[in-house]
Amino acid sequence: MTIITLAQLSADLDAGKVSSTELTQEYLQRIDASEHNAFISVDQELALTRAKDADAKRANGESSPLLGVPIAQKDIFCIDGTQTTCGSKILENFIAPYTATVVSNMHDHGVVSLGKTNMDEFAMGSSNETSHYGNVVNPWSSKGATLVPGGSSGGSAAAVSAQLAPAATGTDTGGSIRQPAAFCNLTGIKPSYGRCSRYGMIAFASSLDQAGPMTHTAEDAAMLLNTMVGFDSKDSTSLDVPAEDYTTQLNDSIEGLNIGLPKEFFGEGLKPEIATLIERAVKEYESLGANIKEVSLPNSHLALPSYYVIAPAEASSNLSRFDGVRYGYRTEEYTDLVDMYTKTRSEGFGDEVKRRIMIGAYALSSGYYDAYYSKAQKLRRLIANDFNDVFKECDVLMGPTTPSTAFSAGSNSDDPVAMYLNDIYTIPANLAGLPAASIQAGFTSAGLPIGLHIIAPYLQESKLLNVAHQYQKVTDWHTLSAPGASAHNVGEKA
Amino acid sequence: MALDNETVHIIARLARLNIDDSELEKYGSELSNILNLVEQMEAVDTSGVEPMTHPFDATLRMRADEISEGNQREKFQAIAPSSENGLYLVPKVID
Repeated sequence: MTIITLAQLSADLDAGKVSSTELTQEYLQRIDASEHNAFISVDQELALTRAKDADAKRANGESSPLLGVPIAQKDIFCIDGTQTTCGSKILENFIAPYTATVVSNMHDHGVVSLGKTNMDEFAMGSSNETSHYGNVVNPWSSKGATLVPGGSSGGSAAAVSAQLAPAATGTDTGGSIRQPAAFCNLTGIKPSYGRCSRYGMIAFASSLDQAGPMTHTAEDAAMLLNTMVGFDSKDSTSLDVPAEDYTTQLNDSIEGLNIGLPKEFFGEGLKPEIATLIERAVKEYESLGANIKEVSLPNSHLALPSYYVIAPAEASSNLSRFDGVRYGYRTEEYTDLVDMYTKTRSEGFGDEVKRRIMIGAYALSSGYYDAYYSKAQKLRRLIANDFNDVFKECDVLMGPTTPSTAFSAGSNSDDPVAMYLNDIYTIPANLAGLPAASIQAGFTSAGLPIGLHIIAPYLQESKLLNVAHQYQKVTDWHTLSAPGASAHNVGEKA
Repeated sequence: MALDNETVHIIARLARLNIDDSELEKYGSELSNILNLVEQMEAVDTSGVEPMTHPFDATLRMRADEISEGNQREKFQAIAPSSENGLYLVPKVID
């Protein structure tokens, strides 16, 4: 069984080998037959209407690379008229009254949204286990052992890995695109902060949240990213920078590329087998003509502590909007206004969300602001400065995406801090706002995928994708399909 | 740092959350573990370091003071738990 890429589907649609309607029907059937619990909701009618529309446009001579290509959307993006839960009970009945800019950008390019994928509640989690809508099965699970897909974009990762969609959107606040991409053998890109509009993307930690593509290949990620990005006046932190085509530099040579290996990413806690696989990937880069050097990010050990102040603080503020007044869940019985707020929130939020709201409320409470939030923002500056320093002598940085491979459901769930360690290598890029990727870099002896983490300087997504693509041209890890993937008709038809 | 039950109770009230008495201990110990992780921050001297609020140190844009959004009251209130005559209904707050 082989993977089906966006590039291939795009070419097949262009050549008239398959229609968007046929493709969309095929994927909808697969979603229907799958047992991964990767989707929270699927709007078949809406998907088929868009597919028909795309077919009509192609018949009229219109062409755009992703016109008529179906993909899955993380259920954090509002789509007008569609249920948008963010993995939470508190938004179970929420029908979004407007569409996220990222989604409307994709729709403008003719992308067809298949449905909304499962996720950790409000994107807070690394295993998809905090979702109100149940655990998601990692398609790389072996018989009898159910592994988590990672999180928070766990449903998106499982959907693409199981071939229920050729690509999906994710969001990444501390690693929520890259960690599940590593766990499910995918390519995941977190763009520079501000590249993708946050408008209509339900907020977790506003100074860190960023949307990005989850795909089988870097080329697909470039194609999808092309349709997602752009300045948006509706997002006050959107970057007003010229548009670029992320596919144009994919084939550039990486001869002479300077790769830095931060020694802090290879320290205690990293599984030796993963370290060995990452070293092998780095050797591959060396044979492509890259220069490798060890570098240091001396403040990176402070990333996790400062993240667990900044993210919960911003979350506690963002999530104060869920009060049972204007939208979402409201408790059945209450005595007064405060009682209504309190019961609504206590019944509507899960444990991890409550913990983070409480940490945030504490960190922001009177007398603690300087000791926590302000201190964490100062450390954030030191962490960002470390990157600025190493990028004076390196083009990109590399290391493992995660310290371990996908784990069993339930194995980390009673120790929040142990769960947080999943994101120890991914968080620094969020704090600094840098673009970063996780790409497929091999398998452990247990047959589980691992991710190579690549971090690039600000706004250098094209370089990041170029570096990822050059590796994929000489390796085939990304082409290996999960044992739990859907049976293939699309390729045969196409 | 270990949070006592009373502090957990106060934080929960600030966050408009109810934590059952039976769960106070569990929340207290989990929150304390997170705060212990966070405590590593204290060891670093950050005097003279500017807090970083945005990766590009961008300031918020201003826009022209013009109406850019039309009235969509009916559409937005259609998804409210309780509304009437264009108003959101909540329990009585003034006697």
